[in-house]
Amino acid sequence: MINAVYQLVSPRMIDVTYKEVDLTAGEVVLRPYKLSICKADQRYYQGMRSQAALKAKLPMALVHECVAQVIYDPTGTFNVGDFVVPIPTVPTETDEIIAENYLRSSYFRSSGNDGFLQDIITATPDRLVKLPDNMNMNVASFSELVSVSVHAMRRFDKIAHSRRNKIGIWGDGNVGYITALLFHYLYPETELYIFGTVEEKLSYFSFAKATYHVDHVPEGVAIDHGFECVGGAGSRSAINQMIDLINPEGTMSLMGVSENFVDINTRMVLEKGLRLYGSSRSGREDFEQTVELYKKFPRLVSRLDNLVGDVVQVKTIPDIHSAFDKDIHRSFGKTVIDWAK
Amino acid sequence: MVFGIVLAGGKGSRMGNTDMPKQFMKLGSKPILMHTVEKFFVNPRIEKIIVPTHKSWVEHAKNLVEKNFGKTDRVVVIDGGESRNDTIMNAIAYIEENHGLDDDTIVVTHDSVRPFVTHRIIDENIDCARKYGACDTMVPAADTIVESIDGKVISSIPVRDHMYQGQTPQSFKAKRLKEIFESLTEDEKNILTDACKMYVLKGEHVHVLMGEVFNIKITYPFDMKVAQSLIGEEEK
Repeated sequence: MINAVYQLVSPRMIDVTYKEVDLTAGEVVLRPYKLSICKADQRYYQGMRSQAALKAKLPMALVHECVAQVIYDPTGTFNVGDFVVPIPTVPTETDEIIAENYLRSSYFRSSGNDGFLQDIITATPDRLVKLPDNMNMNVASFSELVSVSVHAMRRFDKIAHSRRNKIGIWGDGNVGYITALLFHYLYPETELYIFGTVEEKLSYFSFAKATYHVDHVPEGVAIDHGFECVGGAGSRSAINQMIDLINPEGTMSLMGVSENFVDINTRMVLEKGLRLYGSSRSGREDFEQTVELYKKFPRLVSRLDNLVGDVVQVKTIPDIHSAFDKDIHRSFGKTVIDWAK
Repeated sequence: MVFGIVLAGGKGSRMGNTDMPKQFMKLGSKPILMHTVEKFFVNPRIEKIIVPTHKSWVEHAKNLVEKNFGKTDRVVVIDGGESRNDTIMNAIAYIEENHGLDDDTIVVTHDSVRPFVTHRIIDENIDCARKYGACDTMVPAADTIVESIDGKVISSIPVRDHMYQGQTPQSFKAKRLKEIFESLTEDEKNILTDACKMYVLKGEHVHVLMGEVFNIKITYPFDMKVAQSLIGEEEK
């Protein structure tokens, strides 16, 4: 079967290409239902990656956040009509120590391989997680992003010492909001302190103990552990402010992506005995846990619905551009693509 | 019930030296016909795919289906007819005989040599036929359409904005399609180029839905070269 794949060929230029799909390859065939645009997609779309990266990775279909519907399953794992979330991390080996999203041999859809902007997509059953009935599909479309925060939480649980009274989260964007929400539901006793730069965005964190503008943090604020959800040019100041405010032997989860190297006050890292650890992407267990959380905490899903911004129906390639253009002007929330192409 | 009818009745070849009908020629890893049937096969709204084929090629088509899908009752190869519309009527007769025909029976008829049809186009055909009774897939005409009745001088140049190029699928409520076909005179049947024209002749509405420019019909060697280059296949 010949599949239509909508690839970014150069910044702001999307073209259709055609690829054969083998129905006998033991893969489930899916129709994308709703997709969500990620900052990483925007960096490719706007040409904000290095020329070397663009040259190496394009042409490529963007988007790795998606909810899809099973249309054909020769493996018998799913029922036709099931809504599933495809996992963009695709491991090529197993390792009993290293998680699949950190294996250098794994590949990732929409980073060097085609993402989900396609007429149909295929995946092996182990790369699909079934959603509960009556799921909010706009929220489901960015389950991958939620699973990234779930992954960070699971790593935190393994790495951080047990005093978890006060948690600081730097970043008032989507990742900060989702990570904070997860803390709110999974560790309801923990006090959350949010550090951001935009009052309007900080006002969404009504469940937190306190929110602070990073330039006006009162004296005496201290945290046991921290999460950096800033990335980009703001990484440096966020990480170093966290080092200043964190109590000794605290852990710092680094989640924000930066194109540049970041200066870190290592003197204080040493003096306080801090542990900095990276957390990136997610794997099957994180997706499964994400879906379990949807089931367990319906109000979490309601809160995540606050992130849904523009929902753009895409029937043509110009509609795809329109979705990306709307998304780039959005400082908070997610742009959802209603896939009708 | 919704049935796909993948029209593979053509015998003549405009592909140059080969005697093999173009729908059986290989594109990428398999014959064009199989690519097309697969698009219908993975659409769960399609109950069964009927492949009317020229009598001389029915056994060949059956072999291809079995090789491609294994034992399946979702794809059935039957004898085609003399003309395109006879072929469609053969398929409808098959449906009537094996499944019955009622007001909700929808047929999505498609050229076997249009393997680039998309899931969206098939879905919209089903929705449209169900809602309106008949629909046709088309794209706005890129070139100016010129009419010349005698082939020597221009008789008219219609406004391009009103011109579309017809593609397939064309989809219908099967029972009404059969009724209309049976009501046609022989003269009317002789001027038909496709099924939608029957409705137009009888003054019935055919709803329009957008296809894709790339939903090309592989007719000439040039089209085959285009199709091969689209899927990144080296010309052999």
